[in-house]
Amino acid sequence: MTTVTLQNLRKEFDDVVAVNGIDLEINHGEFLVIVGPSGCGKSTTLRLLAGLESTTDGRIEMNGQDVTTVEPKDRNVAMVFQNYALYPHMTGRRNITFGMKSSGDFTDEEIDRRVTEAADTLDIADLLDRKPDAMSGGERQRVALGRAIVRDPDAFLMDEPLSNLDAKLRIQMRAELARLHSTLETTTVYVTHDQTEAMTLGERVVVMNDGQIMQVDEPQVLYDFPANRFVAEFIGDPAMNMIPVEIQDGRAVHETFEIPLPSGTDQLKSNQNGVGDVQVIDGQRAILGIRPEDLHLSDAQTDGQLPTINAEVNVREPLGDSLLLHCSIGSTSCNIQAEPRTQVTAGETVSVTYDPARLHLFDAETGEALYHSESRQSTSEQAPSKLST
Amino acid sequence: MGELLQYAKRRADSLRGDNVTKTTYDAKPGTHLQLWLLVFAVVFPIAVAVIVSTKQTGVVTSLGDLLPGSYAVENYREALVDYQFGRFMWNSLAMSVVIVVGKLVVSVFAAMAIVYYRVPYKDLVFLFILFTLLLPVPVRFIPLFQLMNDLGWSNTILAITVPYIASATTVFILRQHFLSIPTSIVETAKLDGVGPLRFMLFVLIPMSKGVLVGVSIIMFVYAWNQYLWPLIIIDSEANQVAQVGLQLLQGDVQGGQLSWSLVMAGSTLTLLPPLLLMIVFRKPLLETFSIQQK
Repeated sequence: MTTVTLQNLRKEFDDVVAVNGIDLEINHGEFLVIVGPSGCGKSTTLRLLAGLESTTDGRIEMNGQDVTTVEPKDRNVAMVFQNYALYPHMTGRRNITFGMKSSGDFTDEEIDRRVTEAADTLDIADLLDRKPDAMSGGERQRVALGRAIVRDPDAFLMDEPLSNLDAKLRIQMRAELARLHSTLETTTVYVTHDQTEAMTLGERVVVMNDGQIMQVDEPQVLYDFPANRFVAEFIGDPAMNMIPVEIQDGRAVHETFEIPLPSGTDQLKSNQNGVGDVQVIDGQRAILGIRPEDLHLSDAQTDGQLPTINAEVNVREPLGDSLLLHCSIGSTSCNIQAEPRTQVTAGETVSVTYDPARLHLFDAETGEALYHSESRQSTSEQAPSKLST
Repeated sequence: MGELLQYAKRRADSLRGDNVTKTTYDAKPGTHLQLWLLVFAVVFPIAVAVIVSTKQTGVVTSLGDLLPGSYAVENYREALVDYQFGRFMWNSLAMSVVIVVGKLVVSVFAAMAIVYYRVPYKDLVFLFILFTLLLPVPVRFIPLFQLMNDLGWSNTILAITVPYIASATTVFILRQHFLSIPTSIVETAKLDGVGPLRFMLFVLIPMSKGVLVGVSIIMFVYAWNQYLWPLIIIDSEANQVAQVGLQLLQGDVQGGQLSWSLVMAGSTLTLLPPLLLMIVFRKPLLETFSIQQK
């Protein structure tokens, strides 16, 4: 059993606040991913967990025990680094065994047995007698993982372990990490700046910005119900379109269009679909969030009753499986993911419609989510979303 | 003219089967001449010394005297055996090895402390170490002489080695190298519970082999060439070092018999150990002191 609890964790470097009072509960056996842009404090959080940095304030507990001031070696955690951190002058085997031999907690037979086991799990038996120089990036990272798993630590801490690999290998290693975690079921904290990695690997994902946690949730929930504008824009590629609007009588009014917010003003007012305690008031300025894949070129036959938005295409980017259109709606720029092979040219004005179940509203000032057109309950029950215009 | 040379070079490359399109540095024709002149300027005195050491009297008065003589074996034998120059060389070697080893041990510990440990006022301490560069050993001769006498070390190997063991240069070079070792490697060791001594012996030193060898060569040459301090503090002939011992080869100067060929034989001999080291270890030496593009 390894649970980790962070309480009001804070880290300052001189006058820079890297981690600004975060609270987090990591469950036993969980694969938790911390994601965020550069400098958001995600790596610092991981290093605080490992004990490589001392906390300025707050408390770290592992299995209920306060480890805030415990030395890294006594925390029984293993870390995997972006640059693998293999000792260049040692063979794969020696790299794996060096730490175990140093700690003196294992007999030689035990070490041999564990190395063989780890080598089988990771399929690195043929790398054991090679030095890192003679390994590829993926092989090095596998040996580094081997070094982490032989010690059978309470938790794995991974600091962007796949960032140095090329795109193809990264996808392969990603799957391997997921497999490894399902085999070992060791509590894992994984730091990355890549939201795809976060979404695919994490059982829960922590989105951080400016040293603070923006949202902690399952990947799909993060995507469907972002708690604020930052999460909405950070998760998802291409990013969610943010269109400034004014709320009038249950409708989002933009300079060039107005669309009804499903479930209407009454429900907005009674806060049924709103988020937390926020209230949407008529005349309030807000940001309408629509993902590019939730916008599509209007088809008169199927989308007859939906209002359309006129958009001018600036740039078209054929991605193969889809066609990304960079457009402007009035003075707002916006991306639309259209069907591939759609005949659209730059400069053309297209008529666009949207998925009414996938609208989001954010406060214009604070960026907090005000409203999602679909409620969380209805998604969990897989109920079809209704349009109430 | 330059273009012609470039063309000839490319032509030669293509005949050799090298890649013709590879970038060639635009070497001006004068460059090689300059280089040869420089090499000549450096090598000429040494060549003269070697030639003179093979002659009977060793007096050069004309160009014709710059042909090798036939007294080489005789001269070197006389220097090594009759004048005990072998003994001086041995003393020099012992002094240099002790200085190099001592410097390395002290500097590795110092650099490790400066780079990897949280010591209060660490930067100030390092600055102070660098500051000692401003005080070369000759400046400290008088108090040092007093100290050595008080300790009863004068005329011993301790007197010519211990004052040289602390080295700001070596600490500085090692510090820079240790800083270039990725922190994640150090942190992995920390997480694995690798103790500081084990980390030094099995990680730091193997990862610094090249730099350590390079620094050692420089330190060896520096120690080997010590002259003034041994001259002052060592007064028995048996403990004297080669650089000072050279003047004993001058022979009966009062009798007007200054034997240049013997002196040059001794000079050539003193030149050999550093030269051999330089040749054997030129690669790590260049790696240590060249600017690397990373």
